[in-house]
Amino acid sequence: MKSYSIKINGQNKSVEADPDTPMLWVLRDELDMKGTKFGCGIGQCGACTIHLDGNAVRSCQIPVSAVSGSSITTIEGLSEKGDHPLQKAWKQHDVPQCGYCQAGQIMNAAALLNRNNSPSHEEIEDATHGNICRCGTYNKIKAAITTAAQEV
Amino acid sequence: MTLVKTQVNRRSFLKTSALAGGGLMIGFSWGCNPTETERPAPKEWFEMNAFLSIADNGQVTIMSPNPEIGQNVKTSMPMIIAEELDIKWEDVIVKQAPLNSTAYTRQVAGGSQSIRQGWAGLRMVGATARQLMINTAAKEWGVDASTLTTQEGVVLNGNKKLSYAELASKAVGQEVPEEVPLKDPKNFSIIGKSKINVDLEEIITGKPLFGVDYKTEGMVYAAVLRPPSFGTKLKSFDDSDARKVNGVLDIVTFDDNENDRSKEIRGEKIAVIATNTWAAFKGKKALKAQWQKSDKLENTNDHDRELNRLLDTSNSESVKRADGNVRRAFANADGTLERTYEAPFLPHNTLEPMNFFANVTDDKVELVGPIQTPDWTHGRVAGLLKRDRSQISLEMTRMGGGFGRRLYGDFALEAAAISDKIRKPVKVQFSREDDMTAGTYRPASKYKIRAAYKDGKVTGYHLTGAGVRMGNATRQNWFPAGGIENYKIESHNLDSNITTGAWRAPITNFLAIAEQSFFDELAQEMQVDAVQLRLDILERAKNNPVGEIDYEPEKMIGVINLAAEKGNWSNPESGVSKGFSCYYSHNTYVAEVADVSSQGGQPKITKMTAAVDCGIVVNPEAAINQVQGGVVDGIGHAMYGDFSFVDGTPQANNFDKFRLIRTKEAPEVDVHFVESLNDPTGLGEPSLPPAGGALANAIAGATGRRVYKIPFTKQDIAMG
Repeated sequence: MKSYSIKINGQNKSVEADPDTPMLWVLRDELDMKGTKFGCGIGQCGACTIHLDGNAVRSCQIPVSAVSGSSITTIEGLSEKGDHPLQKAWKQHDVPQCGYCQAGQIMNAAALLNRNNSPSHEEIEDATHGNICRCGTYNKIKAAITTAAQEV
Repeated sequence: MTLVKTQVNRRSFLKTSALAGGGLMIGFSWGCNPTETERPAPKEWFEMNAFLSIADNGQVTIMSPNPEIGQNVKTSMPMIIAEELDIKWEDVIVKQAPLNSTAYTRQVAGGSQSIRQGWAGLRMVGATARQLMINTAAKEWGVDASTLTTQEGVVLNGNKKLSYAELASKAVGQEVPEEVPLKDPKNFSIIGKSKINVDLEEIITGKPLFGVDYKTEGMVYAAVLRPPSFGTKLKSFDDSDARKVNGVLDIVTFDDNENDRSKEIRGEKIAVIATNTWAAFKGKKALKAQWQKSDKLENTNDHDRELNRLLDTSNSESVKRADGNVRRAFANADGTLERTYEAPFLPHNTLEPMNFFANVTDDKVELVGPIQTPDWTHGRVAGLLKRDRSQISLEMTRMGGGFGRRLYGDFALEAAAISDKIRKPVKVQFSREDDMTAGTYRPASKYKIRAAYKDGKVTGYHLTGAGVRMGNATRQNWFPAGGIENYKIESHNLDSNITTGAWRAPITNFLAIAEQSFFDELAQEMQVDAVQLRLDILERAKNNPVGEIDYEPEKMIGVINLAAEKGNWSNPESGVSKGFSCYYSHNTYVAEVADVSSQGGQPKITKMTAAVDCGIVVNPEAAINQVQGGVVDGIGHAMYGDFSFVDGTPQANNFDKFRLIRTKEAPEVDVHFVESLNDPTGLGEPSLPPAGGALANAIAGATGRRVYKIPFTKQDIAMG
C-alpha cells in the first residue's frame, strides 16, 4: 500500500491504495464518492467517466499512481448546487430511465462543452458515442446536450 | 364519479404499520425535495396506511411499493395515489417501500404489469385517505360528510377550510370508509401531466442510490469464482497467490445450490473476501482453480442442428392450436411462402452489474439490493439458509437496469450463503465478465413460418417454433389468430443445462421479428400493400373471428392506422425505404414504421415512428422515454446481438466482444399515443417486439435483401 495525495473537486484528499488501483475504486470504495459508476472495467461503456485536468477519461483505466499532480472532477463536483447547464437540461428533458449511466454521460458531455460550446448534432454524436445507455435514452441525451449548449 | 368498495386494500389500512413508530413518524429524512426551503420542517408525521403519511406541514410521504428498474414506477405509482388523494404533487415526498407482503400486493418488476395491476389498488389507497380526511373534517364541523369536497390538500365546506395537515392527527385511527368515490378520469390533474423522475436530482448529482452504492459499517466485499462453463464444476484450487493480494481477508468455498441436482452439476463456488472491490477482483484473478466435467458441454452448432430437426417435427404435444385444415389450404393455394428465422442467446447486460448485500446473524438476516422479485427471492433465501421468513428483511435499491435479469435472485442467494459462512455483512459484486458469463440468457430460438394464399387472401398459416430451454416459443392466440381460416401453431422445447429466462418481452422479442418480417415478404409475394394485408386479417378477426383470440383486433387496427399516418407510410419521402411492423404484447398495442435511407452506399436507419395504445398515459414524458428506449433496444439487439457457446463456455464476456447499440446507431424515435380513457396497460416492454421487424422490412426495401437471422450484421448488412 502507498499513500497518495489527490486533488478531487478542488480539495486535497489523501488515500492509501495499491499503485495499480483504478481511480474508479479509489473514489467509490476509499472516498465513498458513489457517483462515478462501475460498468465494464475495460473503458468500453463510459459509466465511470471523470475529468482529469478538464478532459473526460475513463476512471476504470486510470491507476491512482498516475494522477498525482493532476486535478480530478467527478459528478459530485461538477457544480456546487447541481445546476450546471447540463444538469438543468437533464432535468428539463427528464432524461434518465434507470439512471445508472447518466453521471458518466453528463461528465462526458461537460468535457465536450468545455472545448466546444456550440457543437453540431454530428459533433455531439461523435463525442458521446463511447458512452453506452443500456435503456436507450440517446434521443433525450442528445436533446439535453443541445439545450445545455445554448446556455454555456 | 365511481363509487368503489375499499375491500381490496383495507388490510393495508387496518392491520399494518409499514413505518416505524406505530402511526407516528418523527424526524423523517428529507427524501427527494431538497430544493424546498420556504416551508417549515415537519414536526410530526401521521401514518394513514402503509402507503401514506401526512405531516403537520402538509407534506405527504408516499411509499412506492414496486421495484424501480428504470420503468419509472417510483414516480408514476405515487402519482396515481396523489391524484385520488387530491393533493399538490409538489407536496409529495416519495420513498421506496421495503418488501412487505402483508401491506402491499405484487411487489414485482416484471411483465410490464406494475401500473396495470397496481392501478385500481393505488387509486383506492388515495381515495380512501381522501375520504378519511373528509370524514374527519365532517366530525370537526358537525356536518354530513357528503356535503364536503376537497381541493389540493384542503377539505372545503363552503367558505370554511381544513387542511389535510390540520386533520392528519385526528384522522389516525378513524374508521376506514366502506365505500369511496373515485375521480372521473376526465378530471385528472396529476395523471396525464408529465412529472420529473423523483430520483432525478440524486441521479444527476451522483448521490448513492443503486445496489452497488450500498455500504454499511464493517461491510466486506466478495468476488465470486464460478464454473467457467455450463456442465463443469469445481474440482480443486490453489489460493496461495490470491491470499497475498493486499486487502484480501479470506477465501472460502460456499454452497448456494437449492437442490441436489444443482449441487451435482454446479458444485461449490469460491468467494474472495476483501476490504474493497478492487482487492476482491484482483484476488479472484490470482486464484488457480481446476474444473471437472459434471454434465454435457453444449455447443451453439449442436443447438442449431437440433432446432432445425425440431422445426420439421410434428406431434400431438407440439400442436398449440389448430383451426380449420392447413394441409388443404396449402394444397388449394394460388401460392405459398415458407421462411425460417433464427436468433441467438442474449445476455441482459444491465449497465449495473449484478450485486447484493447480505448480513446473516444468529437471529436475523438483512438483505439489501437491486431485485425485481423481492418476495420470491426472500422465500428462496429462507429456504437456502433454513430460516423462518419472519427473521429476514429485504430492502430494494434503485436498479441500474433489469430487462429480466434481476428476476432471478441468484446473486442474492450467493450473498446470503457467503454471509452465512463468514458471519459478516458482505456485498457480492459481479464484474462485467461475471455478469455476462453467469447469465440467465434469452433462449436461442428458430421459427419456420409458412403461408398459403388464394384470390388475394391469406388462407393458411402454419408456424413452428423451437427454442433452447424456452418452454412454449409461441403465442398461439395472438395475431394473426382469428384472422386466418386455416391456422396451426406448433412449439418444441430443447432441453439444456444453460440457464435461460425472461429477457425484456420474453418470447415475443424475437417471435415478433420473425412474424412481422414474414408478413412483409408475404405481402410482396401477393403483390398487396403490407399494411393492407395486416388490416385484412384483422378485419376478419374483428368481425368473424376463427376460434378464440386473446387480443382486441380493433385496437391493433387503431395503432396501425395511426403509425401509417404519422410515419407517412403511403407517401414516403424521396430516397427513404419504409418498413412496417405491429405487435400486441403486455396488454398494449404498438405499430412502428422504420425509415431507412441509403447514405454513401450504406443503409442508415434515420427514424422510427411508433404508435401506441396503452390506455391512459400516466406520465407522458416518461412514457415517451419508455417507448423510445424499447425501440432503440429492439433495433440494437436485432442489429448486433450475438452470443454463442462452445463446450458450455460463453464466447463473449465484455463490451469489446458484445456490441450494444450506441448513440450514432440510435435513430430519432417519434412517439404517438392513442388518446384513451381505458385503464392503463404495460409500457416497459411492448415497443420492443415490433422494432426489429420494422427495421428488417425497411432494410429489404432499401437493399433488396431480406434478413432472416439475428444479428442482422452477420449477414453483411452494414449500417451507416
